[in-house]
Amino acid sequence: MTGTLWAIAIVGGVGTLLERWSFLSVAHRTTALPPVVKEGLRMIPAAALAALVAPAVFRGGSADGSIDLLDPRLPAALAAVLVMWRTRNIVLTLLVGMGLLLALDAVL
Amino acid sequence: MATPPTSTATFATARSAVFAGMRDISPVVLGMAPFGLLAGIAALEAGMPAWGASVFSTFVFAGAAQLAALDLIAQGAAAPIVIGTIVVINARFLMYSASLAVHLGEEPAHRRLGVAYLLTDQAYAVTIARLTDNPGLTHRVAYYTGAGGLLWACWQGYTIAGTLAGAAIPADVPIEFAIPLVFAALLVPALTDRATLLAAVTSALVATLAAGLPANLGLLLAAAAGVSVGLATSVRDGVLDRQKATVAGGRAVQVDPTPDDTGREEAA
Repeated sequence: MTGTLWAIAIVGGVGTLLERWSFLSVAHRTTALPPVVKEGLRMIPAAALAALVAPAVFRGGSADGSIDLLDPRLPAALAAVLVMWRTRNIVLTLLVGMGLLLALDAVL
Repeated sequence: MATPPTSTATFATARSAVFAGMRDISPVVLGMAPFGLLAGIAALEAGMPAWGASVFSTFVFAGAAQLAALDLIAQGAAAPIVIGTIVVINARFLMYSASLAVHLGEEPAHRRLGVAYLLTDQAYAVTIARLTDNPGLTHRVAYYTGAGGLLWACWQGYTIAGTLAGAAIPADVPIEFAIPLVFAALLVPALTDRATLLAAVTSALVATLAAGLPANLGLLLAAAAGVSVGLATSVRDGVLDRQKATVAGGRAVQVDPTPDDTGREEAA
């Protein structure tokens, strides 16, 4: 593993630990987050996850990374979201999404 | 998210608390297996040696952030962007940390540090469910350690298994798409109302359009845009006013004892 990867693991790890430790470090004092900050933090999972998914779905299939709305990744991702929404089963979601992508790749 | 069997019963010994924590988290840990295997597979995809995957799982110990980081490394993103992404995705731990801090004020600092290291979505979820049912729960750190410790051990095992399995997957299978699929699956329970939905749609749009920016800067730009739009939606829909009303109702809230502390420095 190169120095860069070590740096990412260590700095990313320390940064994460500081976030986990943040309010626990002052737990012996009373702490309360202001509502606006709390509400902003609540938005992070949805925003961060969507940002990770969308480019892989819309650009992941083309060789040069351009936007391709006809790639089988789009129906595969939509089917996966539907399965997750109805079942909340992450294994089934993965199987349906990957299965549909592989099937469409084989047909098209 | 699994709903652990809740009970108002308290624990007679630390040992029984540890076992109860392990029992409560075990179905959740089983469901995490594909996710953990992917953390190992993604490390290989990113061109890391197998033990590098375990270094990430020990240091960062956060699935979504690990997968995102490995995905970015595979795409050749710059280190500050990768670190920035890890920290942004893990910012939700600030929220869990604040929530658990309310219940752990009497614990010594070294124990709270251990709690911090083991803090995950799942360990938080099962522990806060217990504490909500029974705010006077005895041996609460032991219970949490049983849950968080079992999850930690399994996560390390999954990572190693993933690096072993990853080498056996044929090159023409688009296995890398399994990672965005996991994120898509995790996205679904995160969409709880109009504000989170608009945050996700905005972020997806910006991320797709800005994907050409150097060093994956588009990801952070998209997350910032999504959080802004989501927050603006909450303010317009009056979500914050409703939260204040709940606070005024006086149910299990902490009152800031220092009137000079407006909390604005945290918002900055």
